[in-house]
Amino acid sequence: MAKRIDVSGLTAYYGSHKAIEDISMTVEPRSVTAFIGPSGCGKSTFLRTLNRMHEVTPGGRVEGKVLLDDENLYGAGVDPVSVRRTVGMVFQRPNPFPTMSIYENVAAGIRLNGGRVRKAELDTIVEKSLKGANLWKEVKDRLNKPGAGLSGGQQQRLCIARAIAVEPQVLLMDEPCSALDPISTLAIEDLIGELKERFTIVIVTHNMQQAARVSDRTAFFNLAGVGQPGKLVEIDDTERIFSNPSVQATEDYISGRFG
Amino acid sequence: MDITSATAAGPPPGPGNAPDPAERQGGTTTRLGDRIFLGLSRGSGILLLAIMAAIAVFLTIRAASALSHNEGNFFTTFEWRANSTPPVFGIAVLAFGTVVSSVIAMAIAVPVAIGIALFISHYAPRKLATPLSYVIDLLAAVPSIVYGLWGALFLVPHLGGLYSWLDDYFGWTGIFAYHDGAARSLFTIGILLAIMILPIVTSVSREVFLQAPKMHEEAALALGATRWEVIRTAVLPFGRSGVISASMLGLGRALGETMAVATVLSPSFEIGTSLLDPGGGTFAQNIASSFKESGEIGKDALIASGLVLFVLTLLVNGAARLIIARRKEYTA
Amino acid sequence: MSEVAMDQPSGAVPGARRSSSSLHQPRLPRWAPAAIAAAALAVGVGIGAGAGLSSRIQWGLLAAVLYVAGTFALATRVEGVRQAKDRLATSLVWVCFLLAVVPLVSLIWETVSRGSSVLDGGFLSHSMGGVLTIQPGGGVYHAIIGTLEQVGIATAIAAPIGLLTAIYLVEYGRGRLAKAVTFFVDVMTGIPSIVAGLFVLSFWILMLDNGYSGFAGSMALAILMMPVVVRSTEEMLKLVPNELREASLALGVPKWRTILKVVLPTAIGGIATGVMLSVARIAGESAPIVLLVFGSQLINNNPFEGAQSSLPYYIYEQWAAGNDASYDRAWAAALVLIAFVMILNLVARGIARWKAPKAGR
Repeated sequence: MAKRIDVSGLTAYYGSHKAIEDISMTVEPRSVTAFIGPSGCGKSTFLRTLNRMHEVTPGGRVEGKVLLDDENLYGAGVDPVSVRRTVGMVFQRPNPFPTMSIYENVAAGIRLNGGRVRKAELDTIVEKSLKGANLWKEVKDRLNKPGAGLSGGQQQRLCIARAIAVEPQVLLMDEPCSALDPISTLAIEDLIGELKERFTIVIVTHNMQQAARVSDRTAFFNLAGVGQPGKLVEIDDTERIFSNPSVQATEDYISGRFG
Repeated sequence: MDITSATAAGPPPGPGNAPDPAERQGGTTTRLGDRIFLGLSRGSGILLLAIMAAIAVFLTIRAASALSHNEGNFFTTFEWRANSTPPVFGIAVLAFGTVVSSVIAMAIAVPVAIGIALFISHYAPRKLATPLSYVIDLLAAVPSIVYGLWGALFLVPHLGGLYSWLDDYFGWTGIFAYHDGAARSLFTIGILLAIMILPIVTSVSREVFLQAPKMHEEAALALGATRWEVIRTAVLPFGRSGVISASMLGLGRALGETMAVATVLSPSFEIGTSLLDPGGGTFAQNIASSFKESGEIGKDALIASGLVLFVLTLLVNGAARLIIARRKEYTA
Repeated sequence: MSEVAMDQPSGAVPGARRSSSSLHQPRLPRWAPAAIAAAALAVGVGIGAGAGLSSRIQWGLLAAVLYVAGTFALATRVEGVRQAKDRLATSLVWVCFLLAVVPLVSLIWETVSRGSSVLDGGFLSHSMGGVLTIQPGGGVYHAIIGTLEQVGIATAIAAPIGLLTAIYLVEYGRGRLAKAVTFFVDVMTGIPSIVAGLFVLSFWILMLDNGYSGFAGSMALAILMMPVVVRSTEEMLKLVPNELREASLALGVPKWRTILKVVLPTAIGGIATGVMLSVARIAGESAPIVLLVFGSQLINNNPFEGAQSSLPYYIYEQWAAGNDASYDRAWAAALVLIAFVMILNLVARGIARWKAPKAGR
């Protein structure tokens, strides 16, 4: 259920602008890896190259390799649609489909991908996914109400339920808590701890305490200056990054000396 | 005059509810300039209302005078002899022709317009999309008489072949029967009206599709949806009411189109089963075509038919506005 | 936004029907849609010519159907149903685009090619006075005069009223009157031009017993123009940030001067654009002219007295005359009219781009 990600020599562009340059790293299965760094350093861009969402942006273009176990996501003949089914994503702002009910939102991925699933089977999957997202108790009585009626934190967990319903190998989270209040944030962080038993999780966050709390490994990104491409400074065990990083810039950033 | 406190007391500032001391403090002293300016602008608004009322009133008065002379039944008579004595006229043929040609136009234009709107918003490379939407907007400005001229001198001669072919295979239905002759029929009108309303329906639909929230499209993409599935899940549901109201606006135009129909159609006061054979008429076309030969009662009779058209377009446009208003509430 | 979902398979492996991994899906090569389109076109034309179908329209429709069906069938075989549906949608959207472009291009092409044959300086500077409709020669001078005068008067009536109404709605309007005005402006937008013509006919000509004149036509055009001006001006005024109004009011500037000196200048570019677009719109109106201006072959410089012509009416009249010489004149006049309308449009859009308020897009 969870795969290793191996990135080597990855560079991404927006048109002629180079957003990130020459990034290589390994993400272990069944772990949480956090990306931190100042705004504009390309964390989110890099995250979006991991499920080929970057090329959806006009002018978006990628060079390099991303291996999922042993398969290159950017290899010849790879279907981006299949990639995104395998590598799920949760966005910064909760984005349940406004025209669908809670139930339909969770089922959306399956309905899109599979087509014919029996109602009973779908019910099971929806329940399981909502339970997996710690949302079942709160919404089980109003599955047919619109998803947009939930609170922000609930909406975000609904989006997580929607993402895990299609049984991806990897779950990417792009600042999933930045639009949420502290209590909802805590709920999501707890959830991440549970989800890593089943998925490889990569999370972008601006909140360093959050990175320290939820992640096993942390990657620090930085950029040399405005207009320069973002680069990976270092990636290491979270404990080490926050206590004794090997690069001075990381320590400066973490201790708040810049950024 | 205490402007700032009036501003602060009002609802949260927004363009729609600008500070409004003049009207709120009607009794207190306001400057002369303010009073004049408010009077002028309010007067213009009232004038607009007065014009609308006058349109309804004057048309009704003239229509009533025409109907009092009418020897036929205004709704069921298949004739328009408003200038003979006694005058006999009815709108049955006109209502039929107006509705049928507009329905044909909608059936052709709406799917194609949705297709083009999607093409511009989601399929075309950006280099093509921007000039294309520009061209579509310009085409909305082509005068209807030019469409009419093109329809009469270019489209009509080119449709004969298609109609004979339709007649060969579908002639048995009666609807598609075609006896050789100029293709100046209701079906041709439908095609021409479809081309004419295409730009307006397209540009409104395009705006709605472009407003579909990108985050929902990305959510669908991240679930592994193909492009078409993204559109089906995140774009079309969002745009549905917008497309409906765009279509209604188009329908309103098709119903009231005058000169293009008057140039292309070969009118007759019969309702035939065939849509391909020449004949039929529409409200607006009949007014333009018979106006110059009409006397006093004839003109009043035309005004009566115009009143029916007026009411018809009011209903259609009202429905469109209602849908738009509901959608605003929904998204707000 | 416009390019969301522009997935491009980063390579093409035509032969790979069942690949070992779940990430690999058999895809049609990138050039496949173009190839299918070319084949469909060839077959369509082939069948059309072979079966002796006289109308080119049929050839095109045939090719379109073949293209859509061919794409779907091939994609179903190679890529599976989901991808095939995606391709079906894509091909349908392309066909829609072509379906729409063809008549519109034809319209412009016909007008330009047929219209330019008699369009010259003499055509623009002569009326139809003394010219029989079956003779070649004559011109549109009287119609241009008519159009300019009628549209000018209509603008002079409708623009101030529309502008003031929009100011009322945005700057003052709350309560029932404003709601009613908003609603009826919407209603008025949908009035067919012929109905506006009938209204002026019924009260100005039939009841007040005035004769046909350019001014009567102008009144109908003004009725058509007003709601358009109100709508576009309203949109522009709403774009003016409220902070500007408050800043001015806080300086002790009276409201009416705030509107005149701060609000209107900020929005003036957009307002001018809206007015010009509405002018372009009514310049092409012919239905009210038929009822109210009556048409004339001669130059009549006085819009308040006697029949006039106008460009749209002239086209109709020349078409109705029904001979080759008059058709030529109709096309040439159509070209003049389109050029006039398009120039207005382009200038309007130019102003909009030049003076776009910052809150705009």
